[in-house]
Amino acid sequence: MKLPLFIEPYANLAKGHNPKQQILLIFKQLGLPIIGLLVFLMLWSGAAKNIETSLGNFPGPIEVYQQFNNLLDEHQAEKERAQAFYERQEARIAARLEVDPDFVPTIRPYTGAPTFIDQIKTSLFTVFTAFVIGSLIAIPIGILIGMSDGLYRAVNPVIQLFKPVSPLAWLPLVTLVVSALYVSESPMFQTAFIVSAITVLLSSIWSTIINTAVGVATASKDLLNVSKVLNLNPWTHVTKILIPSAIPMIFTGLRISLGIAWMVLIAAEMLSQSPGLGKFIWDQFQNGSSESMSRIMVAVLVIGFIGFLLDRLMLVLQKFVSWDKSAVLR
Amino acid sequence: MDAYLELTDVEIAFPTPTVPFVAIQNINLKISKGEFISLIGHSGCGKSTVLNIVAGLYQATKGGVILEGKEVNAPGPERAVVFQNHSLLPWLTAYQNVELAVKQVMKNSSKAEIKDWIEHNLKLVHMDHAMHKRPDEISGGMKQRVGIARALSMQPKVLLMDEPFGALDALTRAHLQDSLMEIQHELNNTVIMITHDVDEAVLLSDRIVMMTNGPAATIGEIEEINLPRPRNRVVLTEDAQYNHYRQQVLSFLYEKQAKTEL
Ligand SMILES: Nc1ncnc2c1ncn2[C@@H]1O[C@H](COP(=O)(O)OP(=O)(O)OP(=O)(O)O)[C@@H](O)[C@H]1O
Ligand SMILES: [Mg+2]
Repeated sequence: MKLPLFIEPYANLAKGHNPKQQILLIFKQLGLPIIGLLVFLMLWSGAAKNIETSLGNFPGPIEVYQQFNNLLDEHQAEKERAQAFYERQEARIAARLEVDPDFVPTIRPYTGAPTFIDQIKTSLFTVFTAFVIGSLIAIPIGILIGMSDGLYRAVNPVIQLFKPVSPLAWLPLVTLVVSALYVSESPMFQTAFIVSAITVLLSSIWSTIINTAVGVATASKDLLNVSKVLNLNPWTHVTKILIPSAIPMIFTGLRISLGIAWMVLIAAEMLSQSPGLGKFIWDQFQNGSSESMSRIMVAVLVIGFIGFLLDRLMLVLQKFVSWDKSAVLR
Repeated sequence: MDAYLELTDVEIAFPTPTVPFVAIQNINLKISKGEFISLIGHSGCGKSTVLNIVAGLYQATKGGVILEGKEVNAPGPERAVVFQNHSLLPWLTAYQNVELAVKQVMKNSSKAEIKDWIEHNLKLVHMDHAMHKRPDEISGGMKQRVGIARALSMQPKVLLMDEPFGALDALTRAHLQDSLMEIQHELNNTVIMITHDVDEAVLLSDRIVMMTNGPAATIGEIEEINLPRPRNRVVLTEDAQYNHYRQQVLSFLYEKQAKTEL
């Protein structure tokens, strides 16, 4: 069995194969990234001390770490409060039912302020919704325009025109259109959620469309001939020949799209005041307390880390879907 | 006797920005049922083009192809193609590759019948031991075998093979040629095979069609190979008739149609 690359040197070291080389390898794999991070933290804390703002010193790594813990504690406290709220309510309803068996209880939801963790969850939910719906639209369009040179030429100018548009340009239009069209008595989703989801979708689908189209268009001529000789019907042609050929390009597109989606989402939330990490940052900025900067910095780091995780997630998905298990994906 | 497959006055001109490029011209050929035809000629003369027209992948700009009284104008499974570079779908196993073809021609059969037929064809090319491997897990010769099984499984009226063994080493090639002769003896397919290999052409064919150099290539000579079957490659090397045929083809290729510009 072949070991994952990053474990190999340890196994070899344990077996005593050429220890000097193994240690060098481990240093390269593990040591260098750690040194890089440490240098970054040192530069950060050094620079932070010398940046004076209206809210005090720029936060260094230690302050940020403390705030991160504070935010977690606040979330915990808030959860306990909600728990207590529901327990009180249940007790009250039970007491009432004893006296009056016909009483129809209504459970009122807890309305505390969303915590940092809640905002993360909201953002993730929004980005996933937008990304999944966007991909479901973008991949079929990409396949269609990849299959026909004429259609590609016709659609390409439109795509090229919209691809570079900043989400912030879309936002006001989307807000106006959504508030005009999405009126219902008991909306299933908040308008703000829909606005940010649509904005994210509009800014992120283009690279999936283009990459899918290119992947389909560059499917091997021989395989297309096979399909013709076998008289495959359009559905089989697409699912057995075109999509598998285009899988690597589709995933390249999806990864770019998801990266853009995540970046755009934060901006959209900030500007449209829709719940999520963007709003968290904006609220902290408006708040202007001495903790604000550290909290924003926590958000910045968390956003970066989640973006990184999302990309890894796509990579795992690609490895799972890809037929060529030997291909090196990074 | 009416020909089973007939090419009449076939010509194709590929469009270019200036004048159309006439690749082949005046191709006339009558093939009877069960006949094994080899197409031989220098690289770039237009062999694949002829085959692609019969397959229906290219449209002749003049003349046409008639199979069993019907004009050919689109690709279809009754004219199965074995491509030079196997052209298996890399994401499917050998079994699934053949299955894709079988499902096209046995639409009304039961699952068990389909399975039996796929396995039968893979057995025919001696690939039943590696049925569930993907193309990147088997050797070049094995891939080519699967390609042949895929074509045979469609029970085509005509089997078209574009340099099926071109990319293989000599030993594997000899092995596959023997397999092909065996299968041909059993099934008596009508075959058109492109080859660069004079020995292969003489060994396998009933007739060898020799093409002149392009552009505007056409059929130069046709050599009928009257050697008794089954043929044995080792015995034949001593055979005067066999060597005469070889010499005929070699002289066409290297004297009459010698490539001077190379
Ligand atoms: N689709 C096409 N468009 C334009 N020209 C073509 C096309 N297909 C083939 N040709 C030209 O037709 C000529 C014959 O090509 P073809 O592929 O049939 O040669 P071939 O005899 O099969 O050669 P080889 O033995 O190298 O496979 C070549 O000059 C080639 O450039
Ligand atoms: Mg060719």
